[in-house]
Amino acid sequence: MCRVLDLQQAVLAKNDACAHTLREDLAARGTAVVNLLSSPGSGKTALLERELTLARERGVPVAALTADLATENDAVRLARSRVPVKQVLTDGLCHLEAEMLGGHLDGWLPAGTQLLFVENVGNLVCPASYDLGETLRVVLASVTEGEDKPLKYPTAFGLAHLVLITKSDIAAAVDFDEAEFRANVERVNPGAEVLRTSVRGGEGAGVLLDRALAARDGGPAHIPVMTRRSHHLHDGPADRAGDRGAVGSSRS
Amino acid sequence: MHEMSIALAVIDQVESAVRPEGATAVSRVRLEIGELAGVVPDALAFSFELAREGTVLAGAELVTDQVPARARCGGCGRTWPAGVPPRLSCPGCGGAAVDLLSGRELRIADVTWHDAPVPTPTHEER
Ligand SMILES: Nc1nc2c(ncn2[C@@H]2O[C@H](COP(=O)(O)OP(=O)(O)O)[C@@H](O)[C@H]2O)c(=O)[nH]1
Ligand SMILES: [Mg+2]
Ligand SMILES: [Zn+2]
Repeated sequence: MCRVLDLQQAVLAKNDACAHTLREDLAARGTAVVNLLSSPGSGKTALLERELTLARERGVPVAALTADLATENDAVRLARSRVPVKQVLTDGLCHLEAEMLGGHLDGWLPAGTQLLFVENVGNLVCPASYDLGETLRVVLASVTEGEDKPLKYPTAFGLAHLVLITKSDIAAAVDFDEAEFRANVERVNPGAEVLRTSVRGGEGAGVLLDRALAARDGGPAHIPVMTRRSHHLHDGPADRAGDRGAVGSSRS
Repeated sequence: MHEMSIALAVIDQVESAVRPEGATAVSRVRLEIGELAGVVPDALAFSFELAREGTVLAGAELVTDQVPARARCGGCGRTWPAGVPPRLSCPGCGGAAVDLLSGRELRIADVTWHDAPVPTPTHEER
């Protein structure tokens, strides 16, 4: 006898449920997560080091967790800011998942931390699919990566609350067409804020910290179209299974 | 490549769903993958073939239905195929009050297997 089980279950339901729980647990402790995504070399670590240092100088309790495939170099750089930093080696896994992140925070995340910055694995494809329980998702692209980056990685840019152009100090040298870049972000994520930063020229100092604090207090200022799904059409109830956390249950 | 993680999640979820039903060998799993889900179906098929070994899905066929991305403007009511890369501002009025109707699905639709005839009746499928 042939049997068909109508499962209608979101594949990432387990991660979404973990992320949801983590976001609520952290919110209860006054902590908001900022998830930083970019290709390798876009300048995540450099920007973070600057913003963490600024936070410490301003008396804002922050911490950072950096994920890397293999080396601990980024943690060493970030620790120069003298805020609590933790390195996570993913052992080849191309992205962080909410459950992993939660496990790494247990017993480490200092009480009273207002912002936890997470430097995700350098990759614009895989990490985009995994909610880490963040309140603010930031996608970075340096001026050397081309204006069409948002079109090549529409899921990553489309799900960002904030887009940062990094290394603006060398924009002219590489003929970066900022208007075109902005138009491409607008196409996949209309209304998303795009800001310029440079750790060399000092441009945009504090913008990441400011936006993160604002999101912690009032939620992200921008809701991307890609996350604004219309739930009454085409969407099975299982798409919200994240809130049920009922992985593996069938509804037959 | 997170398709391996996705494949493992699919297998995990299918196994926990069909085990209580008494399935020993799943013959087919059908997935719905939106154009904007960020998953490459070919890479997923490749990962699935590796990951299914030794599970109840060892002989299972993976069928993926691509779901086109569609968007609707809250301002003027227009709907359009968003395409890839997607155009998510309204091509009619330029508005940004847009909803994504479909295209982000990453869902196990259904699972098929063959039961050996059993004497005791199992409960009816929906
Ligand atoms: N000119 C310039 N170079 C930068 C800037 N930020 C980072 N870099 C350089 O870009 C390289 C990669 O930066 P890193 O922070 O390690 O990138 P990550 O892989 O995204 O963490 C390093 O050599 C940095 O010195 C910047 O604002 N301007
Ligand atoms: Mg880095
Ligand atoms: Zn419109």
